[in-house]
Amino acid sequence: MASPRIALERVRKVYGRHVALDDVSVDVRPGEFLTLLGPSGSGKTTLLMAIAGFVRPEAGLIRIGEADVTRLPVNKRDIGIVFQNYALFPHMSVLGNVEYPLLLRRLPRAEARERARAALARTQLEGYEARDIAALSGGQRQRVALARAVVFEPRVLLMDEPLSALDKNLREQMQFEIRKLQQDLAITTIYVTHDQREALTMSDRIAVMNGGRIEQLDAPQPVYQRPRTRFVANFMGESNIMPAALVEPLGSAPPLDGTLVIRAENFALERDAAGGDGIAIKGRVAAYAFRGETWHLRLKVEGERELLLSIPSGKSLDQAGITIGQQLTAYAAARHIHRLDGGPEP
Amino acid sequence: MLDAYPESRLAHALLWSFGALVLAFLILPTLIVVPISFSGSDMLEFPPRSLSLRWYASFFGSADWMAALRTSLILAGLTAIVSVPAAFLACVAMDRLGGRLASGIYTFAVIPSVVPGILLAIGLFFVLAKLRLLGTLGGVLLGHVVLAIPVAVVVLYPAVRRFDWVQLQAARSLGAGWGGGIVGIMLPQMVLSLVSAALMAFLSSLDEAVISIFVSSGANTTLPKLMFISLRDQIDPTIAAISTLWTGLVVAVVLLFAARQRP
Amino acid sequence: MTAMTATVNAAGLRRDAATERRFFLSLALPSLVIVGIGAILPLFWILQQSLATARGDITLVNYTALLTNGLTWRSLLVTLELSGGTLLCCLVLGIPLAFLLASTSPRTASRLMVLVLLPLWTSILVRTYGWLVILRRDGLINDLLVGSGLVSEPVPLVYNFTGTLIGMVHYMLPIFVLPTYAAMRDIDGNVIRAAASMGASLWHCFRTVILPLAFGGIASGSVIVFVYTLGFFITPAILGGGRISPIAIRIDRTLSTLQDWGGAAAFGVFLLLIVAVLGVTALGAARLIRSKPAAD
Repeated sequence: MASPRIALERVRKVYGRHVALDDVSVDVRPGEFLTLLGPSGSGKTTLLMAIAGFVRPEAGLIRIGEADVTRLPVNKRDIGIVFQNYALFPHMSVLGNVEYPLLLRRLPRAEARERARAALARTQLEGYEARDIAALSGGQRQRVALARAVVFEPRVLLMDEPLSALDKNLREQMQFEIRKLQQDLAITTIYVTHDQREALTMSDRIAVMNGGRIEQLDAPQPVYQRPRTRFVANFMGESNIMPAALVEPLGSAPPLDGTLVIRAENFALERDAAGGDGIAIKGRVAAYAFRGETWHLRLKVEGERELLLSIPSGKSLDQAGITIGQQLTAYAAARHIHRLDGGPEP
Repeated sequence: MLDAYPESRLAHALLWSFGALVLAFLILPTLIVVPISFSGSDMLEFPPRSLSLRWYASFFGSADWMAALRTSLILAGLTAIVSVPAAFLACVAMDRLGGRLASGIYTFAVIPSVVPGILLAIGLFFVLAKLRLLGTLGGVLLGHVVLAIPVAVVVLYPAVRRFDWVQLQAARSLGAGWGGGIVGIMLPQMVLSLVSAALMAFLSSLDEAVISIFVSSGANTTLPKLMFISLRDQIDPTIAAISTLWTGLVVAVVLLFAARQRP
Repeated sequence: MTAMTATVNAAGLRRDAATERRFFLSLALPSLVIVGIGAILPLFWILQQSLATARGDITLVNYTALLTNGLTWRSLLVTLELSGGTLLCCLVLGIPLAFLLASTSPRTASRLMVLVLLPLWTSILVRTYGWLVILRRDGLINDLLVGSGLVSEPVPLVYNFTGTLIGMVHYMLPIFVLPTYAAMRDIDGNVIRAAASMGASLWHCFRTVILPLAFGGIASGSVIVFVYTLGFFITPAILGGGRISPIAIRIDRTLSTLQDWGGAAAFGVFLLLIVAVLGVTALGAARLIRSKPAAD
């Protein structure tokens, strides 16, 4: 059975005076990996918990497939969930945890055992069946949680920052493993994270959330390269947002208006290195730092405005060196300049 | 704390000797009954001049004492069986409802522990007389459960609050209902607290005297009531035998708990 | 589909939320019903009995009789003397003991703690019996006193105020030590070391650092001791030997000898009011002192 779509219509949740979900509507396609990305308090976890059934919205419609599940109890929704701290049952073995949903579904013990073993094999945990949960490492717990969430063949899969407790290397490895498992099962998945890199790596589409709303819903590349709002531009890494009046068009580049977004890494200090005609901005170096693969510069431009630049190291800058107060010109190509939909620069 | 004052030897010595005296004061009355219980004489002699087990024989050979012991043990068991589940469910309710409702339930549930026992006793006497339950096991049980509920709530509430509710959410997401989740996931993780609560409820009932004095009678007379009556009338060394058995039980329980608490 | 308003499902979801709330509330029901029938209803009965005549009319006669009887006020005085005396003894004996426990290593403390917990978990009747054996005319202490020639006649230690006080202190001391010890254990050892490094003597440090920091525990222990002892029955009934009559004993006597239900009920309400008033006052005072910045 193919994994169904998930459709939310105007889901609203209010805590006292705080609007946690402001009439959120979103359509998750069958088999899609959708990430809810946003800072803490943006409503991403609330939205996930509303789909899971742990948070009861004030109003709205949640569909899984064609069925309205808005008022269905959690245990009737048939959703696999991986919790932030895994929520493994400490009084059961690894196998006991993974068998649990199958025994609840009254599967014969032998069959339950067989399927639980298969799920553990899928997550590279053969041989760990009899272990205590307390005896597992963080990554192993993560895998048990994953096996437990998919063993009963739920219709959809929800994950709430499942990798936040792991260290960086393991996290990157698990990103690929989770993504592969999700694609193998072709299961519709909603994934919550505050880590933009993780969202970019794993997702089919990303919904960037802020203040209980979805600010932008797009594939990773457009979200990164063409942010629709100021918030998305700021959240997706080091970007510069400035009025068009501040920049000086060069060569064949067309005149610009409105508010522009230029990512820090898209600037160059030589006109040729920018990769095409575009704009130039003059400024003085206010601060700089060496970050290994890049030099990080803060350029003071007209007024009190600061420009963030990220210049690849190992090039001319290494020899020339930088001094505070030094006058520089930053160049960016037209294709790296993105105009915001939003209102004018305040 | 005293390690900041290693040179105050006199203070150390004074504090230790005073503390030893206070501790002696605390355990002396429970220890003194042991030699008395093995005395061979009718008199309360200390130290006893001859040893015998006659007071134990008198306790275990007396139909009255045995009936009272039986009543007290049954009552204590039933008290634990009724009060711990009731208190546990109330704690879950408080944990989930939170806010004013939770503190309201808590306040209501611990009222019996702050009202003087004598008032509960005579009030319960009125009520049970009206309900024609005076002198029945059920009547005394009600009184004991009422006193055990605050004890069980005080023990269980912190444990319920410490319990990670996400565990139950996980169980629910995997298909468990409320009952299945609570029994299969929550209770097994709270065994130690539940056992402590049951033990405390058991002991509180076993030790309860005031309500029993007023509302238990006849075949349902409890052990503490019989002890109270015989202490008021004459000092019977049989009570020393009972006290020794009781203290032995408590020592075993305390040591067991002390052993469990050590890592 | 597009015609749906923002309030889709809202009424149903509100109903679900109310149902869930009722479900959790119902979990508390068994406890509430038991306490309601077994504790609240009896208290209402006492109140009603105290205000009713034999024919069922409302009357204050029980209260006027109670308040104009000199014995009432004498028993109140005895009760306050016993509670106050018990509290005083608990402070004098309990604070040093708690300090000792808090000063030793956790290992030693938990061993000594067994000696504190043992009486707490022993039957009050066992403990009372133990004191009878020790304090009687021909008991352990009088044997020692007379045998050593310190006194020629046995000293009356029991069946009087002294014996009752000893029994009550013994009952309440562990209950007092527990919160006091917990508060002292929570004090950061570096604070004491800091005080010592600044030249505070041990006594000065105890008075100006340890006692104020442990005040919360000492105060709650004190309130429990004082309020709890106001209604004590078993200890004065046995160790008082009928010679002292705090309120609880008088209530019992009013009921069992005089068969005066209305009078006993009014006395009960009187006791409850005293417990409530003193309890609330003590809690309020403790909170007030705690909220004030410590002044030396």
